[in-house]
Amino acid sequence: METLVFDYRDGKPVPASNRPPALVGVVGSGNLEVLVEAHDLSGAARVEVVTAATGFRPIWQAVLDDFFNRHAPSNILISINDVGATPAVVSLRLDQAMEAFKAGGAA
Amino acid sequence: MRDWDTTTRNRDQRLARAAPLTRGKVVQADDATALLEAVLEPGDRVCLEGNNQKQADFLAKVLAGLDPAQVHDLHMVQSVLALPEHLDVFEKGIASKLDFSFSGPQAGRLAKLLAGGQLSIGAIHTYLELFGRYFTDLTPRIALVAAQAADAAGNLYTGPNTEDTPVIVEATCFKRGIVIAQVNELVDQVPRVDIPGGWVDFVIQSPKPHYIEPLFTRDPAQISEIQVLMAMMVIKGIYAEYEVNRLNHGIGFDTAAIELLLPTYAERLGLRGKICRHWALNPHPALIPAIEAGFVQSVHSFGSELGMEDYIRARPDVFFTGPDGSMRSNRALCQAAGHYACDLFIGSTLQIDLTGNSSTATLGRIAGFGGAPNMGADARGRRHASPTWLKAGREARDGSGLTPRGQKLVVQMVETFREHMQPAFVEKLDAWELAENAGMDLPPVMIYGEDVSHIVTEEGIANLLLCRGEEEREQAIRGVAGYTPVGLARDRRAVENLRDRGIIRRPEDLGIDKREATRDLLAARTVKDLVRASGGLYDPPKRFRNW
Repeated sequence: METLVFDYRDGKPVPASNRPPALVGVVGSGNLEVLVEAHDLSGAARVEVVTAATGFRPIWQAVLDDFFNRHAPSNILISINDVGATPAVVSLRLDQAMEAFKAGGAA
Repeated sequence: MRDWDTTTRNRDQRLARAAPLTRGKVVQADDATALLEAVLEPGDRVCLEGNNQKQADFLAKVLAGLDPAQVHDLHMVQSVLALPEHLDVFEKGIASKLDFSFSGPQAGRLAKLLAGGQLSIGAIHTYLELFGRYFTDLTPRIALVAAQAADAAGNLYTGPNTEDTPVIVEATCFKRGIVIAQVNELVDQVPRVDIPGGWVDFVIQSPKPHYIEPLFTRDPAQISEIQVLMAMMVIKGIYAEYEVNRLNHGIGFDTAAIELLLPTYAERLGLRGKICRHWALNPHPALIPAIEAGFVQSVHSFGSELGMEDYIRARPDVFFTGPDGSMRSNRALCQAAGHYACDLFIGSTLQIDLTGNSSTATLGRIAGFGGAPNMGADARGRRHASPTWLKAGREARDGSGLTPRGQKLVVQMVETFREHMQPAFVEKLDAWELAENAGMDLPPVMIYGEDVSHIVTEEGIANLLLCRGEEEREQAIRGVAGYTPVGLARDRRAVENLRDRGIIRRPEDLGIDKREATRDLLAARTVKDLVRASGGLYDPPKRFRNW
């Protein structure tokens, strides 16, 4: 799998101004999409979850608490699109996305 | 003066009633109803051969179509309830009592019939228990079995799905019962004799070949990355460390993932020739790449698997095959091998409780046990040693002052949440409520916690052998139970302590890079890949072909 990133300004291509986002997980072959992006949040980090299943906030909280305990990232925005993934899949994909992000490239 | 041959004389009377219907041993399919009416008597114990795969489906239909005014109160003793007819006989009042092992496909209906008082259950057995009872107090008076072919003398050729037939026929024949076989074809000479003609009373060519269920085919396309991750842990953290060489796998996708990681991940770890050499296993298509890669030296099977016939025929060094080239399976003997000769069983389950008991029982379904309890139990009668068995025994007993002995590895492999966010770890098994509702003597536990050596989840491996005391064991289980309520209720400090002592091991503790846990690691990612790996010899059933 390959992810290509192209940035343009004023109609002309420019080098990516920041580390390219890492995209891990594709809806269709699985049930979860995770996007990790560098984002100036004054040292904070944010996770946006869009999920098909309601009523599992405490489990999301627990999964994400553990994730931030492992990685402690700052200035990143994580976008999650969930179509009924289990916590195991969420954890694995988050770790994979984070590793790929740290490696500075696409997964 | 007491008569000592009443069963023989009764048998002769039955045969005399059937005599007008036969030419030698051959009975026409049209006369099958008349034959069963002639030989059956009310209250008979009847074994209607229902295997995991091969089904005596024609005889099942005939039996279910009999007149209950004439034939009634039969006591069915059969290993598997697979076909609707297996329960129709109770609904119609032909049979009233049941002893069985597994009823997966009919589990819901069986629960309803039981609740409605339409049958009573003697017991739910494991295969070996039921076979054992065939030779003690549950000997069939009449056996209705299935084979591929028969000759005029009654010699039966079962083909690769021999399964339960030898044990059923032996018990019935030598206690002076009557054996009736449905066959796909009548031939001048059978390719090999699986059941001697002298043990068979009647053969009927069925209008259609008997049904065979492809039960052990798992499409690699459905294996998840979590399953790949767990399979990596099993290979590196258990198979390599205990040098597991004689083993049995359950039938799920979890274990199929292990089979498909042998030629890739295990090969890279240098484990070929060091693990997974001898198997008690149905011929899983998922094992083809490992066989081709030289991991597997031998496979003995409970039954065959549809589509694997030509592949097996071409690999006689690996499989047990007859002089005709086709496989010979035998459920009783393979169960014995799985129980006594294997050092490891690994399988999935639906629920695990805090002491490690596991169950596949769900409310409203009576599914039975099959062979898992015998595979997944320490064989306490075992005496021969192996490095695996000795290491497990040492881990369980070190420092305890107990007499040294070995122990089997019994591994439960589950993702912490199943589909629809059903937790695999629970405080109390549904089996308790099922037992109460169905009036069972005991909750139907598939594998008892005391026999379980390891629990593997996506979170890690819990080694229960190393636990000392109930409290440690409970925390070890909670410590791999992920985000289930059972897992969230862990004592975090206790779990970290268990991790420090190597009782709980996370993927990173095992040197496993989770990024590697992708489907790319599977030696076959589709059924088509399996066909390719077999050199075109594997011929999957239509439902598994999507190309």
